[in-house]
Amino acid sequence: MAAPAVYAPENLPAITDAAHAVNPWVALAYLASGVLFILALRGLSHPSTSRAGNRYGMIGMAIAVVTTLLTHEIASLPEILIAIAIGGGIGFVIAQRIAMTAMPQLVAAFHSLVGMAAVLVGAAAYLNPEAFGIVDTASDAAYAPGGTPILLQSAIELGLGVAIGAITFSGSVIAFLKLNGNMGGKPILLPARHLINLGTLAAILGLVGYFTFDQSPWVFWTIAALAFLIGFLLIIPIGGADMPVVVSMLNSYSGWAAAAMGFTLHNTAMIITGALVGSSGAILSYIMCRAMNRSFLSVIAGGFGAEAIPGGEAKEQRPFKQGSAEDAAFILEQAEKVIIIPGYGMAVAQAQHALREMADKLKAKGVEVKYAIHPVAGRMPGHMNVLLAEAQVPYDEVFELEDINSEFAQADVAFIIGANDVVNPAAKTDKASPIYGMPVFDVDKAKQVFFIKRSMGGVGYAGVDNDVFYMEQTMMLLADAKKMVEDIVKALD
Amino acid sequence: MDFISILSIFVLACFVGYYVVWSVTPALHTPLMAVTNAISSVIIVGALIAAAAAEVPGAKWLGLAAIVLASINIFGGFAVTARMLKMYRKKER
Repeated sequence: MAAPAVYAPENLPAITDAAHAVNPWVALAYLASGVLFILALRGLSHPSTSRAGNRYGMIGMAIAVVTTLLTHEIASLPEILIAIAIGGGIGFVIAQRIAMTAMPQLVAAFHSLVGMAAVLVGAAAYLNPEAFGIVDTASDAAYAPGGTPILLQSAIELGLGVAIGAITFSGSVIAFLKLNGNMGGKPILLPARHLINLGTLAAILGLVGYFTFDQSPWVFWTIAALAFLIGFLLIIPIGGADMPVVVSMLNSYSGWAAAAMGFTLHNTAMIITGALVGSSGAILSYIMCRAMNRSFLSVIAGGFGAEAIPGGEAKEQRPFKQGSAEDAAFILEQAEKVIIIPGYGMAVAQAQHALREMADKLKAKGVEVKYAIHPVAGRMPGHMNVLLAEAQVPYDEVFELEDINSEFAQADVAFIIGANDVVNPAAKTDKASPIYGMPVFDVDKAKQVFFIKRSMGGVGYAGVDNDVFYMEQTMMLLADAKKMVEDIVKALD
Repeated sequence: MDFISILSIFVLACFVGYYVVWSVTPALHTPLMAVTNAISSVIIVGALIAAAAAEVPGAKWLGLAAIVLASINIFGGFAVTARMLKMYRKKER
């Protein structure tokens, strides 16, 4: 960090009464924190640089906070420090205690906080526009609260910022409840929901426009209330399987909310960050949609998985082969190359540690073990990778779909644990299938397929039967994933 | 700063974000979301401005509440990212 002396308040123009007067040092400090945030994301291009990147992010945040505190006349420093200590303490404890399987919920909860913070900041700016330097001094104050009308451009930014923040908040709360299991994963479909949503959206935009010339409290609070409502309405019809897209999308929204507030405050750090986070979330949503061969619009429209058929009723039971842990262990020992395909079921069963133990045993016997991760495995992007990393699986044994898919032809065993739709060949062949066109693993090319599944009854989120169950070379291992893997480990001794 | 300069920064930052995020390895997409969460709480800057000004008590309290929420995110986001990144290790050879 630069020498703090230059930020001393007496060297600066009084920012409080002219927030947009740019002091070059202050502007540079915010720019520096923006650049550090870019470096934080840049570091994530490889695990070896990622930790340094995270530290850049922390430094950037420290610069932004310290700069703000040093350049404003602070009437209530103790309260502010207490607020930071309370929040920081809560955040730190949560971060240390949270289970890695619960990361999707945690991220959704964090998104909701960014959204709420944006709403609160927007409301504060509305109540005290002078502090934010967004007062329109040229205008007469006939209609504004307290006789201080907000600049036209700032009013639009403020309205949009509050609306995006509120959508992020209520949407993330619903996503959290669904991911955390407090609310069923099944989509909830209201009649005429598209009409209701579009109407609400139009009303919000209309009110933001109206807010520029009537800044009475009811306009502001109605914008916020409608935005809270639409965030709720947008997420309830989206099913559990689409949660990776939803979490990424809300990630993006939280960025745009920060950017909108950055426009209001003319703050480069906030604008750069908002743009980074906004595009990050958008790209992740795109990657998730592509990996499911669904359009973003169809995910947002919701309802996917609503018509899932419950456990194969009125369907003929096709013959399949069932094996025991001992059978599986025997074949695994003989194999030269094993590719493990983990899915959300592995996370639910907490089987990742047992799985790594199994892989260690096999490696000790000279078997080559690799892990294959589908982009939509788990409930958020990269979720499986974190769980495997937690179980101390080295990251250079973990491969992405496109990097490993050609290797199944040389694999002796494809070991599927807790995954289903991502190995379903119907995605390649059956045009009528709801998952048609989704890129899937070519497990049918492996000499032998092991499929760990709780029972034959359940089907994947897409609610479709999977031909892999009934293939000649498939052995179904029907049990709890953790129990089954532990039994295989025992049998390998 | 006038609106156009701000807009320029914003548009260019979107492009920077686009290229930087595409270069993030998919294995680190969860840490990416956690850290973007932490940095989007730079909105704390607005909360600090609101809390620092004493003349409107309502705005001050809203600001303080926003500081608490943003701090949960900042500390929680960076800490959980650090915790995750610590787990990624190479094969020992």
